Amino acid sequence: MSDKIKHDNYWDIIVKPKSSSLQLNLKEVWAYKDLIVLMVKRDITSVYKQTVLGPLWMFIQPIFITAIYTFTFSASAGLSTDGIPPVLFYLIGQTFWVYFSDCLNKTSNTFISNASVFGKVYFPRLVMPFSVIISGLVKLGLQVILLLAVYLYYYFTTVDQIQPQWMYFILLPVIVLIIGLFSLSLGIIFSSFTTKYRDFTFLLGFAVQLLMFLSFVTFPASMFSPFKQNLLMCNPIATLMETIKFILTGHGIFSVNYIITALIITLVLFFSSIIVFNRTEKSFMDTV
Amino acid sequence: MSREVIQISDLGKQYRLGQVGTTSIGDDLKRWWYRMKGKEDPFLKIGEENDRSKKGNSEYVWALKDISFSVNQGDVLGIVGKNGAGKSTLLKILSRTTAPTLGEYKIKGRVASLLEVGTGFHPDLTGRENVFLNGAILGMTKAEIRKNFDEIIDFSGVERYIDTPVKRYSSGMYVRLAFAVAAHLNPEILIVDEVLAVGDQEFQDKCLGKMRSVSESGRTILFVSHNLLAIKQLCTSGIYLKNGKLIKTGTTRDIVEEYLNDDKQLKSDGTIPHDFYREFSTGEAFFRKIVLTDMNDNPLTRFAFNQPFKVKLRLESFKQIKNGTININITTSLGEPIVFSVDSENSKYLSRTFEEGVYEIEAVFNFKLLPNNYRVTIGIHHFSDGITIDWLENIYQFKIDKVSYNTGEDYPWDAVHGFVEPETKWTYKKS
Repeated sequence: MSDKIKHDNYWDIIVKPKSSSLQLNLKEVWAYKDLIVLMVKRDITSVYKQTVLGPLWMFIQPIFITAIYTFTFSASAGLSTDGIPPVLFYLIGQTFWVYFSDCLNKTSNTFISNASVFGKVYFPRLVMPFSVIISGLVKLGLQVILLLAVYLYYYFTTVDQIQPQWMYFILLPVIVLIIGLFSLSLGIIFSSFTTKYRDFTFLLGFAVQLLMFLSFVTFPASMFSPFKQNLLMCNPIATLMETIKFILTGHGIFSVNYIITALIITLVLFFSSIIVFNRTEKSFMDTV
Repeated sequence: MSREVIQISDLGKQYRLGQVGTTSIGDDLKRWWYRMKGKEDPFLKIGEENDRSKKGNSEYVWALKDISFSVNQGDVLGIVGKNGAGKSTLLKILSRTTAPTLGEYKIKGRVASLLEVGTGFHPDLTGRENVFLNGAILGMTKAEIRKNFDEIIDFSGVERYIDTPVKRYSSGMYVRLAFAVAAHLNPEILIVDEVLAVGDQEFQDKCLGKMRSVSESGRTILFVSHNLLAIKQLCTSGIYLKNGKLIKTGTTRDIVEEYLNDDKQLKSDGTIPHDFYREFSTGEAFFRKIVLTDMNDNPLTRFAFNQPFKVKLRLESFKQIKNGTININITTSLGEPIVFSVDSENSKYLSRTFEEGVYEIEAVFNFKLLPNNYRVTIGIHHFSDGITIDWLENIYQFKIDKVSYNTGEDYPWDAVHGFVEPETKWTYKKS
């Protein structure tokens, strides 16, 4: 009977049906950092296996989308681009938007697409969404090279059209991180819901498409009245998109209030997502 | 006394049957409402024992209920039970892929599970890349994998293909590589579920050898398999699960015997009950009765040593079966096959056509089984492709006594070495 009195700290793992909801277990995730690195590597290399152009597709995609946007929204529909050269305007919008929507779509699939792995082995489930965000960052990093080339071209060939806000450049990585966190949180919440109710897959499918039109990717915020702007800026991506454009070109809306709002919304969403995720990860194998 | 490494108390796992979807929203809301009021989940009170052959009334079943046991360091614990007894659910809970509904368990040390190998293998990546990825999924660090890499490749025997994408591998190579990674995890507790079902004999032996060396180094293994022989060879103790409940814990021998004895309830005249659970059957024909008799047709479960006996079977065929072949397998009390008899004439194996209807079949055995306990397994197969029409494992038990049928004298030795006494002709010459 002496075994029964053994202190709980004798054991390495104690599993009960329910545990505290707000535990992030980052320490455990850290122990699996090698797995994250390998997952990122897998995401990036496996996509381009058996292709001829390989990673070049990362550049072909934005070039074509930018061309189409320029043709439809600017050349045909004549929408304003805030005085930024249209090609640059759409390329900025689309580079960061694709980063957001890719991360969101992929993290929202976390449980379903990894069901076969999750069903057999335990490792901190957060490894998967984290690795998606990181591979998204790597991809973004490469696409930024293209963006930079176009940016520098316009910077040197136009006069006064582009006014970089040098002192705010330090904010750019922070903004990218907030976008990542926002898509991670949203994706995790959706991934938790879709394990049981697939309805959310359909919802997310068209919601992301619609959200793009509310995120100032294809037209600027300045087209709207201040009231409508306030409303639209509740969407953190809209705020961050305008901020990026402002920092890079000097055109766009820059407001500390908006940025703080975006940050608060993101943080609230993030903590909610952790709660939902912890609830789901324990029993999702039974409902997926 | 050795250390306790796993302690399980009152573990339970409930599942909801049927489609998870719209209808369960109602239950979810009810559950949430009770939780808000601080009450216990109302669905935990209901739920039925998990006996899937019978139709139940509740939507909720307990895949596991009231499981409590502990495992000491260095134990090799065999878990036996029929399909659906809750073995895999138990391992899934212990490997943390799903959470228990009730109860708790505690574990000391790193756990690695081989619940079907090859987890996380990506078809487009090469063998080498997959070794690293799979190793990391299983909880190894990059450095550990690198240290063991040569050994892993060596163990798997696929060195030549290591830089080829695994989608080009044969299924055997795939499994070999996957098992090799898992086998080099070096966890304190290893959970193994049915990995031996795949791979050729050489590889299976390798796996068993690896498990043996793991256990000899003082680590703990939980092993689920339908291969009772492997369980018997490897395990030091066992547990027997039935319909989600823990029936017995004890030595491997006790457990395997209990498992084989249980649930083979024939009626006293050897009739097989109509609701008898048939694990493998196409439904074309069912065995209805099995009985062993002496040459005067008296049903017996005890025979004298040297006594010839008959196996009598009743087979009901529901449709015409062309080329059916019946086999009778006599096994040890632990289910290891000793003799295998198929209908034959002059060393040529025969197959028969069964019309729809009931057949009485008789097979006379005339050979010397040494005094011991035995079991009988019967089966009917399609002769050409080997598809099992009906198969009843360890369905009948009988005993050979020590007293000889011919002489009335006892078999002269206490210990019986072996099972069959062959006809042998001995000659002696002094040189």
